[in-house]
Amino acid sequence: MIAVIDYGVGNLFSLRSSLRRLGLDAAVTADPARIRAADRIILPGVGAFGDAMDKLRAAGLVPVLRQEAAQKPLLGICLGMQLLFDRSFEYGEHPGLGLVPGQVCPLAPDLTDPSLKVPQIGWNALHILRDDPLFRYIREGEHVYYVHSYYAKDCASSTLAVSEYSIPVTGVVRAGRVYGAQFHPEKSGDTGLRILRAFAEL
Amino acid sequence: MITKRIIPCLDVRNGRVVKGVNFEGVRDVADPVEMARMYNAAGADELVFYDITASYEGRALFTDILTRVAAEIFIPLTVGGGINTLEDFDRVLKCGADKVSVNSGALKDPGLIPAAAARYGSQCVVLSADVKRVEGQFRVFARGGREDTGRDALEWIVQCVENGAGEICLNSIDTDGVRGGFDLEMLDAVAARVSVPIIASGGAGKKEDFLELFRHRGIDAGLAAGIFHQKQLSIRDLKEYLAKNGVEMRL
Repeated sequence: MIAVIDYGVGNLFSLRSSLRRLGLDAAVTADPARIRAADRIILPGVGAFGDAMDKLRAAGLVPVLRQEAAQKPLLGICLGMQLLFDRSFEYGEHPGLGLVPGQVCPLAPDLTDPSLKVPQIGWNALHILRDDPLFRYIREGEHVYYVHSYYAKDCASSTLAVSEYSIPVTGVVRAGRVYGAQFHPEKSGDTGLRILRAFAEL
Repeated sequence: MITKRIIPCLDVRNGRVVKGVNFEGVRDVADPVEMARMYNAAGADELVFYDITASYEGRALFTDILTRVAAEIFIPLTVGGGINTLEDFDRVLKCGADKVSVNSGALKDPGLIPAAAARYGSQCVVLSADVKRVEGQFRVFARGGREDTGRDALEWIVQCVENGAGEICLNSIDTDGVRGGFDLEMLDAVAARVSVPIIASGGAGKKEDFLELFRHRGIDAGLAAGIFHQKQLSIRDLKEYLAKNGVEMRL
């Protein structure tokens, strides 16, 4: 069973539908017992970093996620991926879960082409830097759907894949069994479903 | 690099797609779920659904259709039509919409866009503007393009972006339905003033129109309805043509 962490951040409709389409057993939950009983964990999220961390803390989920991340595969998606890092500079400075080394910074000041828009909204090619079982069912250069204004940096040793947005934008990271995807696999058509399938088989 | 997006638009009235005619290989040419499936398979980058129903029953039917589409098509879905309150945002987001497009609702209630952006994030809020030239000025129209609001469109769009609209869908009433090409003059004027993504709508008649569109800076997506529905242009062929001509595409 996959535990999809429900902490009141973002819309889980598409993620649930994607997992259902793949025939995967998933539970949308904030219950620590169910999260501990799951085979794997997905941490979704849309919105602001500080607010999301506050909600995880209020739900008592920070220690649960830290413990479980050492036991089973975990996938953070979009903001859920950003939460995995040490800290974020979105509206101030906020500590993250510290499961992947690195930090989350605003995209705009780092872009070398000022005509590019922030948020990055749309489909971008995913370039695989390091092969991984997560990419078992996709090829180099398939397109995935991004919506974000912040990105993970100082995480080269954990970065598995990037997309070009005048700079290489961190697309997928991994530290141990902890994975993060900046894009939305549940909105990335067939490519995204194949990534989720590979995660379910890790 | 990020791709340009091709977006078919489905106007839904009483559970059926309007303009849904002349489609080969599709059993029910006006069934929105079937059409969404087909466009997904053809490589559409996103789908836009406009609810043009007036009745309560029609609205319930629309949300049911939206739920069915969202449950099986995993690309971004934008929903518009009859969005006047935060409750309307909530209703369509719960059915699986990713972005919500507001038009007359934002004109009636200037607080709608800021409130929606604060609650759901700017990436979720699309300003749809129907714009027409009147006495040498770009004017915003309300009520599906029937009513001149007297407002300057460029000022209105800039104000909405400042208030939190994360994307603009610019519909030119002047070129809509003419199929003589997008309204590049109007699009350039908007692109010069805002830095959020712009979806061009109104006027697409042939694939060259999209190539010309994407040669203009600051235009991120092209939206059309009739030419796709009537199969004058297939999304697959269009995207291959654009890619061949140097436009970044997801194929």
